[in-house]
Amino acid sequence: MTDQSAAPDRKRRRLPQINPVWVLLAVLIAGIVYMNPGFAEPTGYMNFLKRAAPLAILAAGQVYVITSGGFDLSVGSLITLVVVGASMLTNNDPSATYWVIPLMLAMGLGVGAVNGAIVCFLRVPSLIATLGTMITLNGLAFLWSGGAPRGYLPDTFRFFGRELIRDVPLVRFIPVSVIVLIVVVGLFAWLMHRTNLGRMVHAIGDNPVAARLAGVPVNRVRISAFMLSGLSGAIAGILLGGFAGVSTDVGAGYELEAITAAVLGGAQLLGGRGSVPAALGGALALTAIFTLLNFLGLPQPVRQVVQGLILIAAVALAMHRRKRTGT
Amino acid sequence: MTAPVIEMQGITKTFPGVRALSEVSFDVRPGEVQALVGENGAGKSTLIKILSGVYHADAGEVRMGGEPVHFAHPVESLRAGIAVIYQEFSLLPERSVAQNLFLGREPRGRFGLIDERRMHDETRKVLDLFATGGRIDPGRAVGTLDVATQQMVEIAKAVSHDARVIVMDEPTAALNDAECEELFTTVDRLRERGVAIIYITHRMREIARLADRVTVLKDGEVAARFDAVPEPGEIVHAMVGRDIADFYAPPATEAEIGDPVLTVTGGGNAHLHGIDMSVRAGEIVGLAGIQGAGRVALAMALFGQEPFETGEVTLAGERVSFRTPREAIEAGIGLLPGDRKSEGLVLMQSVRDNGMLTPRAFAPLWSSHKRTAQADLARIDELLDRMEIRAASYDQDIRALSGGNQQKAIVARWLSMRPKLLIFIEPTRGIDVNAKAGIYHLMRDLARGGAGILMISSDLPEVIGAADRILVMQEGRIAAEFPHGPTERDIMHAATGETEVAA
Repeated sequence: MTDQSAAPDRKRRRLPQINPVWVLLAVLIAGIVYMNPGFAEPTGYMNFLKRAAPLAILAAGQVYVITSGGFDLSVGSLITLVVVGASMLTNNDPSATYWVIPLMLAMGLGVGAVNGAIVCFLRVPSLIATLGTMITLNGLAFLWSGGAPRGYLPDTFRFFGRELIRDVPLVRFIPVSVIVLIVVVGLFAWLMHRTNLGRMVHAIGDNPVAARLAGVPVNRVRISAFMLSGLSGAIAGILLGGFAGVSTDVGAGYELEAITAAVLGGAQLLGGRGSVPAALGGALALTAIFTLLNFLGLPQPVRQVVQGLILIAAVALAMHRRKRTGT
Repeated sequence: MTAPVIEMQGITKTFPGVRALSEVSFDVRPGEVQALVGENGAGKSTLIKILSGVYHADAGEVRMGGEPVHFAHPVESLRAGIAVIYQEFSLLPERSVAQNLFLGREPRGRFGLIDERRMHDETRKVLDLFATGGRIDPGRAVGTLDVATQQMVEIAKAVSHDARVIVMDEPTAALNDAECEELFTTVDRLRERGVAIIYITHRMREIARLADRVTVLKDGEVAARFDAVPEPGEIVHAMVGRDIADFYAPPATEAEIGDPVLTVTGGGNAHLHGIDMSVRAGEIVGLAGIQGAGRVALAMALFGQEPFETGEVTLAGERVSFRTPREAIEAGIGLLPGDRKSEGLVLMQSVRDNGMLTPRAFAPLWSSHKRTAQADLARIDELLDRMEIRAASYDQDIRALSGGNQQKAIVARWLSMRPKLLIFIEPTRGIDVNAKAGIYHLMRDLARGGAGILMISSDLPEVIGAADRILVMQEGRIAAEFPHGPTERDIMHAATGETEVAA
């Protein structure tokens, strides 16, 4: 009896509801193209994507932690540690790349596991726990490099961040970092939206008590979320090492940009709702905003002011939408 | 006949995917108790929220004293004299009774300071209107009062606002019998003072005791209106659209009961002492007792949430000891928590995700969310269909569903796991008559399928009607055991320990 009356509704609800982040992105891209027609050329948009890739990958990892009900502030420092560590370990030896990169990825997973363990077993709120690891990792990066990092990474290491694949039909060339972006975001999106892990991450962020009583391995899921965020930090670090070079502040501020991007994509702060593709949209939109500000010749501090305002506006909008749709 | 103080005419309200109310007309006169009854999801709460300005009707008109009114916010309706007393009170626990009554409109004395004495005296005056209000100290922090007294403070607050209309939303849900009687006396007094009362309830006994008129809502429409209280059967018939011939399922026969599924010997922890009990296959065991007697603690011990520290537990003949719910579930125990929203549901997720939660929790993390060892999406949909869940779509967020439908989704979750022992904590709290009968029959079906059922309930008629055997707890111990069919008196005696004196 219910089914017949519900059938038309069921169809109506299936109509795609466009996430506002895509509208925002389209408007920003239109603005950029208007100011700089060259952006519509492959050189323009491929370079844009290349620049956005580390942030987009970070946001894809961050959205796991946010959806699970936490924050990961440690990824910016992790990026720095990866870049500094890689420069120390490779020590100008091109062949070292082949073991240094897996090691860096493992380090990212390890940092995530430590973050997760601190939150799960020591019961430290994630904001504080990852603030602690953020400071610790920054200190480690300094110690490791002796405060003056050597400015070189071998070209084999920089391949992922810097190289282009040429003679590609239609677009002429593709940066390797864009391929990394597509693979990583694709993988993270699949994990989040097509597997049990993604559903469990949503569940523990929504209501950890109910999740535990339903048998969800809450700690395992939470630690996995932090590990994925750590992995995304290591990958972002490898890309940034490729095009930004070595310094002890290469990752500074990325953690907050990643959170902003995820929230811009509609991730629910405090957990329960989040989307990897939308976080990608958020990262692209944020990069587009920075690009526009650049075109307008506005100085760096303006960028921070804008980013702060965006974060507040995105959360306020999400709250408003939530209220309007009931409950 | 006096003119109505409130008239609602042709009220229609639609939420995304659901028509909550269509063309509902309703009125209430000064000095009468108008009972508003209906199943959960019938539209009672929506109607009240429109009256008080929380929601806005899509169509229709609200008149107060003959004049059309539009409340944009609950504060406006309160100023106009409509007070709503929800099940969750709007009191500040850390503030005193007097401070709560005069919150935001404290009487001012010299220099604009709050006149504590006057506030205290005025509060005293309001409280004295109630039969037992004299016992309440206006200076006491509200959080230290029991639920019944807090409710009285809430009513006193409405009275101090000179409310002409007071809406009470299932006010007896958390009260015991004596407290209910006090509430009824209070309602009578309010009626004598000419206050119009809209009384929302499921309980026929309260309708018979209090109501002057009865309006029955069903599926967002007025199903029946009675100018005098009719036979309970007539109201139930209007509510559910059919007679409920067999409300409780028949008890298990001797042949249906098998070997023990669960045994506990000498189980104990901080809250429990010397628990000896068993639940057999095919049997529904009711667990009765007063608040704090240890019933929920026992459930949580069995489920590994707060494990036993001493004693032995066997499940299907094997010795077990669970340190987490996950271990208990893996071994074949399921538990429906007593507080759906805070312990049972992931509210931002879909109905289907809530149903699939436990099967997914035991599947590999990286495998597809569409298929697990216990259930795939089609199977969950089938179980949700079998529960007759009323939802626009199973993709819909579960928070938009009524309590009964939410409860059914949790039941579907456990059905997919085929547990050997299923623990229901307050399975029918806050759900409607029809859904209640559904839950009783479902428990019986599960028992017939070979599961053991342990049902914890504060609703004595329910324990007596639905259980094959009843254990009564008192102060962390099992104080008495009854076969099917003791009286409420028997159980209350055992629960309060009076039998021991008599024996």
